[in-house]
Amino acid sequence: MSPAAFKAISSQMQVLGNPSSLHTHGRSTRKSVEDAREVIAKQVNCLPTEVIFTASGTEANNIALKGLYWQGRAQGKNVVVISAIEHHAILDPAQWLKDHEGAELITVDVTADGVIDLVALKNVIDQRGSEIAVISVMHANNETGTLQPVSEVVAMAGLIPVHTDAVQSFKKTPLSFSQLGVYAMTLSAHKVGGPLGIGALILKRAVEIPALLHGGGQEREIRSGTLNAPSIVAFAAAVQDEYPSTQVTQLRDQFIDHIKELFPDVIINGNNVDRLPGIVNVTFPGTQSDTLLLLLDKANVSASTGSACSAGVHEASHVLLAMGHTQQSAQSSLRFSFGSTSTHDDLNFILSVLPDVITRGRAANIK
Amino acid sequence: MSGGVDSAVAAARAVEAGHDVIGVHLALAANPQKYRSGARGCCTIEDSHDARRAADVIGIPFYIWDMAEEFHDGVVEDFLAEYAAGRTPNPCLRCNEKIKFAAVLDRARSMGFDGVVTGHYARTQISESGKTLHRAVDHSKDQSYVLSVLTIEQIAGAIFPLGDTTKVDIRKEAEARGLAVAQKPDSHDICFVPSGDNAGWLRDRLGSETGPIVDQDGNKIGEHKGAYTYTIGQRKGLGLTVPTADGSPRFVLKIEPVTNTVVVGAREELAITTMKGERPVWCGPQVTDKEQEGFVQIRAHGAALPCTYYFDGQLLVANLAEPLLGLATGQAMVIYDGDRVVGSATICQTQ
Repeated sequence: MSPAAFKAISSQMQVLGNPSSLHTHGRSTRKSVEDAREVIAKQVNCLPTEVIFTASGTEANNIALKGLYWQGRAQGKNVVVISAIEHHAILDPAQWLKDHEGAELITVDVTADGVIDLVALKNVIDQRGSEIAVISVMHANNETGTLQPVSEVVAMAGLIPVHTDAVQSFKKTPLSFSQLGVYAMTLSAHKVGGPLGIGALILKRAVEIPALLHGGGQEREIRSGTLNAPSIVAFAAAVQDEYPSTQVTQLRDQFIDHIKELFPDVIINGNNVDRLPGIVNVTFPGTQSDTLLLLLDKANVSASTGSACSAGVHEASHVLLAMGHTQQSAQSSLRFSFGSTSTHDDLNFILSVLPDVITRGRAANIK
Repeated sequence: MSGGVDSAVAAARAVEAGHDVIGVHLALAANPQKYRSGARGCCTIEDSHDARRAADVIGIPFYIWDMAEEFHDGVVEDFLAEYAAGRTPNPCLRCNEKIKFAAVLDRARSMGFDGVVTGHYARTQISESGKTLHRAVDHSKDQSYVLSVLTIEQIAGAIFPLGDTTKVDIRKEAEARGLAVAQKPDSHDICFVPSGDNAGWLRDRLGSETGPIVDQDGNKIGEHKGAYTYTIGQRKGLGLTVPTADGSPRFVLKIEPVTNTVVVGAREELAITTMKGERPVWCGPQVTDKEQEGFVQIRAHGAALPCTYYFDGQLLVANLAEPLLGLATGQAMVIYDGDRVVGSATICQTQ
């Protein structure tokens, strides 16, 4: 957590008062929460009233996708359109709507460099536009860092509501809710130096969608539940930190140059222009990424792989598969992330341990 | 780390011995069940969580390795093929031979690790002829039988920290170490048959083609529901309606998969004095054609039977001091010299 966020959450934790209470303590907390709401609204260029605090990005995605779907279904529209590279927090609610709520799910493919195929999307909109309840396309992919052409998606969609999961993009790249023109946008605090357990759905003013949680009517009656004032205040404190974009981009580019030199057969996955500063997704042919992860961990480097199934078995990333990777090459891929606190020493360290890790990883690749 | 108490304590002891340890849980089923039902099976998601929790408490990294394909090809398929051929296999031996001390050991070695630590109850000793395999101190829990398929090379890469302790004390130790699995029930039966109903599991996969049950003269005296669901020496569940002349019980003597026939006869007919095994594995110096005195064991927790043994160049032969009743081909014969495992072979002939 950023020092500013840590300070904010610590002091707010000791402040009494439910922001929905009318007494002095309640009013005081409410002021802090509303100050925070304005700070976050300013950061993403939306109205304060458009900020709905949630307990996670996953919750915001669920509210948006299910709410916009139910709203559309009431008007006879039952098609849900998503990209093939969405995070599980979109993929799974979309699948749930299909399995339990009568949705027809259309998944739009991506190009080899991990960008949604706009031609395919246009075909879907041209043919099925009047039946589409919601389109959800992430702002930047969490595994490759590739930015998605959300503005173009909105332009194509016309009056169809578009949601974007911007959890990965927030603070890492310019993000303006009003310029994008989406109906809804998801944010999460822990990706920007804020605490865990707090996120936000930015939902266009006057859009009323069915709620998932019913109760005290907080947050436009779309998200009931006592407001988590300490986390909200810390979220706002975190977003005021400047993200050192240039520095992170430099580190990432140096990392890419070096690993290409060390291992000429590596593949850097994703678009190399429209991308986030900190994420590098690399395929090391002839390895298994769970082995590399283990060896890197032993060498004090934390990297990550696509995902694990419920049994904990490492699985090929659906994002890389959608980009045309085979099971085997997708399972030979790792994601490295550089952040605002990463240094040149960190870079030199990983470059010093990587050759041995890759050599051992190749030797251990029994399949 | 299966998620049970033994592998958890083994890992803790390995750490204490100064080794650089990582915990590995093997995912052996393509679609594991979420929860255990009773004490059966051992590869549910709940078990993997227990293993991970134990690794966290011990303070070691924890990984799940997907060996489902290797397990299916090397253990499950072999189990089915053996039954289909009228033999009685022991899948735990195959798993040790092909998975734990082969696929896992190989992968670990190429990653830079020296060996595989397991919670098996067995001991190793360093002697002049190298590292040898021995029974555990706790004979009631001794698992040297299912490890007898390990070659010298595999034994060299194996560490069994529990061999010097009784199971009762291992549970106490787990408790003292703060491991939540201390009182977790032992798993029984075959891990990939979670229902525990071997016959039903086999019937589902091999079909239940009925066939004749005959006496030794070939007279049909009953009908069976799938020959491979019977075991040599089995008495119950034969459903025979024609009694013997003197009313004595009948036992399964032979299973003939080609003709789908089960042969039954009198108890004495089960008696054998010689067994021969193929594909021998030596856990130490190779056995020669010179007859030696020792013991042979034919079941995981069976008795050690006095015998003489030798290797005729192809088959491992054991001559029993006392006749033995009910021995099926496919079982492993394991030769012991006192507590030391000499080697093993798969029984292919009995006399």
